[in-house]
Amino acid sequence: MEIEKAAVAGTLESSDCMVTVEDGDGNIDLVLESTVIHQYGNQIRHVVLDTLESLGVQNVKIKVVDKGALDCTIRARVEAAVYRSAGQSEQLPWGGAIR
Amino acid sequence: MKNAVGREIPEEILKITGKEVFHGVYYYDGYEYRKDGPKTRCVVNSDGSKLVKTIHEALVKCEIRDGMTIGFHHHFRDGDLVVNMVMEEIHKMGIKNITICASSLGKAHAGLVPYMEDGTITGIQSSGVRGEIGKAISEGKLKGLAVMRSHGGRVRAIETGEVHLDIAFIGAPTCDDYGNCRGIGGKADCGVLSYAMVDADYADRVVAITDCLVPFPNFPAHISMTKVDYVVVVDAIGDPKKIATGAAKPTKDMRKLMMADYCTRFVTSTPYFKDGFSYQTGVGGASIASTISLAKIMKERGIRMRFGVGGLTKPMCDLLDNNQVDVLLDTQDFDLDAVESVKDIRHFRISAGEYADPFNKGAVVNKLDFVILAALEVDVNFNCNVVVGSDGVITGAQGGHPDTAAGAKCTIVLTPLLQGRIPAICTEVTTVTTPGESVDVVITEYGVAVNPLRKDLLEAVKNSGLPLKTIEELRDLAYRIAGEPEKVEFGERVVGIIESRDGTIMDVVHQIKPFRFKEEKNILPEPVHK
Repeated sequence: MEIEKAAVAGTLESSDCMVTVEDGDGNIDLVLESTVIHQYGNQIRHVVLDTLESLGVQNVKIKVVDKGALDCTIRARVEAAVYRSAGQSEQLPWGGAIR
Repeated sequence: MKNAVGREIPEEILKITGKEVFHGVYYYDGYEYRKDGPKTRCVVNSDGSKLVKTIHEALVKCEIRDGMTIGFHHHFRDGDLVVNMVMEEIHKMGIKNITICASSLGKAHAGLVPYMEDGTITGIQSSGVRGEIGKAISEGKLKGLAVMRSHGGRVRAIETGEVHLDIAFIGAPTCDDYGNCRGIGGKADCGVLSYAMVDADYADRVVAITDCLVPFPNFPAHISMTKVDYVVVVDAIGDPKKIATGAAKPTKDMRKLMMADYCTRFVTSTPYFKDGFSYQTGVGGASIASTISLAKIMKERGIRMRFGVGGLTKPMCDLLDNNQVDVLLDTQDFDLDAVESVKDIRHFRISAGEYADPFNKGAVVNKLDFVILAALEVDVNFNCNVVVGSDGVITGAQGGHPDTAAGAKCTIVLTPLLQGRIPAICTEVTTVTTPGESVDVVITEYGVAVNPLRKDLLEAVKNSGLPLKTIEELRDLAYRIAGEPEKVEFGERVVGIIESRDGTIMDVVHQIKPFRFKEEKNILPEPVHK
């Protein structure tokens, strides 16, 4: 998928994360802030990159501000941000690219 | 060298401090020692007043100099103005290498960080530190070692002379011109002065600071004029709004209510729950809720409590008002109802020494049946951590945790399975503050784990219908939901020690290190060109 416009998903509430995506410079540029970075930083990065890969996103600036979200939440927020950036809110591929 | 809770204590730290590693909770039972004493300057003249005009003048008269140790109490909690006020003056005078020995330090004391950076303060000894000071210590900004002691442990350290207070500053809600201090009344009403009593007994010089000077004699005095050298009157010693708040509204959080329900069911299933039992609890939502539900069952079954201890809040004082407990023993008041209750004749003030000191001839904690505690982390060996956050930064205080846990017949720790994403039940706690041998039960909203050492308790609750689990099962459940946390990477330098209540070393705290991703290069996909 291509990032068409900047988009945001999520909140800064405890146990949530806020994901911002915008058009990249030809690669995946991830900025991660997390309240649990010491214990889960690598895991969160893995989940974000894995989600982008399953969405087929290769060119994006993505910022994740995490407040202790579980993996399922992080995955959902990344997916929502990417689909919003593509203007797609219907006929989402549940069970396909969105897992 | 490994200690009794399996923590590696660096030889260098043992050498610098001259301390032993922790050997077990009762290692010092029966130990004999001669107590330290204060150097006392006699007042024989009858001039009749100990008033001095300013903190500066008091410091000069106390002959403040580099390297001294200064005592403070924390009864004004987040509303405390005394520590900052005194340290600002010491800083202005250009004094260096001060060690602060406080019963606790918190958010109110963020202003001390620059004094740590410029060498005014080089030692901190406290129950714990929160907020900016904790962060600064964890970042290595304190020159010396921070020492975290329990409330009982602080009294022990002062009585044995392990630490000698050169000057103690005692914020007194009311005081007369001859130094009789009371915790009751005035603008900064905090109810009791329990933590300051040992300072008054053992410091060479004692300065009372008040914002409410009353006519002599301010009786009955909580701290006697016979121990006070000087009295200073200032505009304000505390912010009343932050000293004691209105009573917390009973929680509506279902998780906390479940934990409270399990806790009450556990307590009432044990043989200790009978007429004349004793009880202490904390100030968390679940603890407060469990006190309320326990009061209901006590009424139903006609069971009366002999004494309650605290750290008091409204629900404990309600027991007194409703005539469900004979007496309350009070070391600190957390809300206005508790402060008000101090005036009740059955509500007794006790010193921190009477409360929890392991090095006297027996403290109140030894007579406890139940204590209900919280924790940041509990590991599969039931060791608790209440001082260092899971991110490695010092963020809490020992308080009376290890004291009451060691003393009580049944020590119950309430904690949600996850604190945000962080598993509260884990394989190994970040630092040990309370040894697992003192912890009998861990209650989460997902189940109740009894320490296998307590076969008697397991037997007592096996038909209670409580969701009994092993501690490992609770940990596995937490890891399944949140993922297994990686170990925090620390720097080499030790910035603090966690002292056991008997003065041996329970654990050390290392300097934190900035986070770095593992395998920076190979996870990220190769850049693609547009």
